[in-house]
Amino acid sequence: MEKFTLAVNGETHEVTAPGDMPLLWVIRDLLSLKGTKFGCGQALCGACTVHLDGVAIRSCSLPISEVGEQKLTTIEGLSANGEHPLQKAWQEHVVPQCGYCQTGQIMNAAALLQNNPSPSEAEIENAMAGNLCRCGTYNRIKTAIQTASKS
Amino acid sequence: MLMIPKLSFLPFKKFTNKSKVFRPSRREFLKLGSLATGGFMLGVNFQCSGPKGETLTFAPNAYLSINGDNQVTIIAHRSEMGTGIRTSLPMIVADELGADWKSVKIEQAVGDEATYGDQNTDGSYSIRMFFEPMRRAGATARHMLMEAAGKKWDVDPSGCDTRNGQVIHAASGQQVDFSDLLDLLQDMEIPDQETLKLRKLSDYKLIGKDVPIYDVKDIVHGKALFGADMDLPGQQIAVIQRSPAVGAKVVNYSEDKALEVPGVNQVVKISGNGAHPGLNKPLEGIAVIADNTWAAIKGRAALQVEWDLGENKDYQCAAQMEDMIRETLGDGKLRREKGDVKTALGSAGKVLEKTYRAPYYAHATIEPPAALAHYKEDGTIEIWAPTQHPQWARDSVAEALELDAANVRVNVTLLGGGFGRKSKPDYVVEAALLSRAIKKPVRVQWTREDDIHHDFYHSHSAQRIKAGLDAQGNLIAWNHHTVFPAIGGTSSADELHPSDGEMGLGCTDFPYDVANIRIESHEAKAHTRIGWLRSVSNIHHAFAISSMLDEIAELRGMDPVEHILSLLGEDRKLSFNEEMEGEYPNYGEDIAAYPWDTGRMKRVIERVSAEANWSKSIQEGKAMGFAAHKSFLTYVACIVEVSRDENGKITIPEVHYAVDCGIAVNTDRIRSQFEGGAQFASSLAMSSAINFENGQVKQNNFDSYQIIRMPQAPKQIYTHIIESQEKPTGVGEPPVPPYIPALCNALYKLNGKRIYELPVKEAFV
Ligand code: FES
Ligand code: FES
Repeated sequence: MEKFTLAVNGETHEVTAPGDMPLLWVIRDLLSLKGTKFGCGQALCGACTVHLDGVAIRSCSLPISEVGEQKLTTIEGLSANGEHPLQKAWQEHVVPQCGYCQTGQIMNAAALLQNNPSPSEAEIENAMAGNLCRCGTYNRIKTAIQTASKS
Repeated sequence: MLMIPKLSFLPFKKFTNKSKVFRPSRREFLKLGSLATGGFMLGVNFQCSGPKGETLTFAPNAYLSINGDNQVTIIAHRSEMGTGIRTSLPMIVADELGADWKSVKIEQAVGDEATYGDQNTDGSYSIRMFFEPMRRAGATARHMLMEAAGKKWDVDPSGCDTRNGQVIHAASGQQVDFSDLLDLLQDMEIPDQETLKLRKLSDYKLIGKDVPIYDVKDIVHGKALFGADMDLPGQQIAVIQRSPAVGAKVVNYSEDKALEVPGVNQVVKISGNGAHPGLNKPLEGIAVIADNTWAAIKGRAALQVEWDLGENKDYQCAAQMEDMIRETLGDGKLRREKGDVKTALGSAGKVLEKTYRAPYYAHATIEPPAALAHYKEDGTIEIWAPTQHPQWARDSVAEALELDAANVRVNVTLLGGGFGRKSKPDYVVEAALLSRAIKKPVRVQWTREDDIHHDFYHSHSAQRIKAGLDAQGNLIAWNHHTVFPAIGGTSSADELHPSDGEMGLGCTDFPYDVANIRIESHEAKAHTRIGWLRSVSNIHHAFAISSMLDEIAELRGMDPVEHILSLLGEDRKLSFNEEMEGEYPNYGEDIAAYPWDTGRMKRVIERVSAEANWSKSIQEGKAMGFAAHKSFLTYVACIVEVSRDENGKITIPEVHYAVDCGIAVNTDRIRSQFEGGAQFASSLAMSSAINFENGQVKQNNFDSYQIIRMPQAPKQIYTHIIESQEKPTGVGEPPVPPYIPALCNALYKLNGKRIYELPVKEAFV
């Protein structure tokens, strides 16, 4: 067990964990931030997507020992009042069905728009290909990203 | 010994069970409701907790209450797994009541049949079963509020109306908040349910409109809580190594290495229930119990377990598939007969004979199964679980722990997908057993590998269809052989044929006007746990039937849409019963009340063909395919367009659905179910398959069990909803069956190659 200091959503947290514990379980089990979800544990579904220094990563596949000083943002810290353009567009288009994959989708889409404020349809599809939605909300996700990119 | 609702959850079993655990029919519900005692209508229930009675709460039935702050709270008693039911049923109550929807609070019910009626969220029947009761729940309160206002103002109550949380009297211009009538309501009787007046359809403000889901804000803010998100102080996390093949037994195990993992505290064995373990029992396994999920996962990896793989150790699904196909060559068990197929085929000018195969599928809900249980010192247990069937979970826990069900409380969280998987409470029972064993709250967490390896699978299947055309090219004979390990085989080695229920899912309810029909099933043994997956055996039956009909249309030189319209014949109401061996369950509804109406099917076909511009000549490199299929009493027709680019890559630019589901309740959620259904069915058609070798599943995670990703999804999905005043029916499952053959028929037109086996991976590489 080691001690780690993490910068999470603008706050500093101390946690004790083995160095190989994936960031996902640190977030969910040790920090009790439940918005980041577990879907596969193998970087195959995107449910666990968070930002490290603004870059979307799959937290299930990054050990805590690799995080260092990088700033971690989870869905809870994406915007001050849940007012991120994507969160608004997601509501406007009523994207979610079960909702479980959606926080990962939004975090991934937020990183996409950060890099590419007006992505084409094909760019959206490629950027979002790592995020699975078993309920089948891909069309509305795409529309919501397009709406947000125009706002 | 507790009564386990063995059959009640099956959407397709013959609904003859009259026991208490069985879902009430619409009629039973109303009867109970009209008694206004016990059961669903609890009688006027006032709770005065404030000193001046200011927190008086009016609860005319189990589904709704109004408090002194004019807060309307509506109970969602069915499980939310993505269909929107947690919004759509309460919104019916609110609309009828005249509540202010924006301020309505929705609370999730615990599993309790005596109070809420059926809570088995399955079989696309929430809306079908509860549209009327929800209207009545709202109307009961509305009627009483109007009576009270009539008294207050000394006016005729029938001149009042309710809107936005107020009673209004248009003639005098008076209005009053519901909460200001609570005093007057105390002396009032529950109105007679038989004569209760409901609003006219045209009077509704929410029903028939796009209503956003209640939880959308929480979901996008990361605040929505699913089963895996539940925590209790002092809880432990359990990850379990389960039988690699169903029926495998632990011979020996060593926990030493697991206990060396920091954070791992205990190892507990769970006993299995043999090679046909049933639908609500855990598999044999060794549970590693730890402070957190990662420690439990690592601890499990360190376990050393020696298994006796048991009677399924030599099971190869590929070999069983060959056996099943051979079976279909002979005579099977007769399930429906009309005319004389053998003679007709003998005299036919042309006979077409085709065999269709479909694989095992896993549900792969994006939230793997999880459940939190807290066994308390007083011998009661409380559960938090993403379950489709909290009542069965409750009874199953009670049975496993030998408790009275009254001592088991099941709280229902949001479900990260269900599709039938989370009807089965095996994972809930695991958590309950472990919590009792270690005397602490335990959350069981399945990994994705656990989920893929230990599902209740959609059965693999083989089907052979022989069709005979006479000299004029008329279709005169239809002989359908179907074989697949049945759901019943999960519980019993003797269940070798599909039940009448499974046969009635798109096979024996063949609606086309053919003079000679013979439908047969064949024996197949279950070597794994078979369950039900979104639309169940409609998946493979619709694939075979609608693919075959497309091929017959071509042979007859007919347009596929015209062909189906002509086979449906005159507008008629079918009941099949005299032709069935056994019974036609009709999804649990009386066939007289819900007949198979060929006219309604023809209207959806005409609509989809017009909307998709079916008859237009289509450009090079594109093609459309068509199929129509009724399931769960909802009529659906589907046209899928496929396109091939210069590199040979195939995409799906457009999908059109037309649906007649009777009265459309929440149009946005109807569309979202069709959008999702098309994408779900795309995975079944294009990319998913489970294989067994030596009794064990070969796939592990989303790399080997593939579901479609955004680039493969249909680009546009249009859902055309037929305006209807018919009784409403569900839409969770009906989008799936016709999509698959419509896609296959489109691919044939594009590539010239008929598809007889799912999934059709090669077409999309
Ligand atoms: S849980 Fe991390 S990608 Fe699936
Ligand atoms: S909304 Fe259910 S998995 Fe995406």
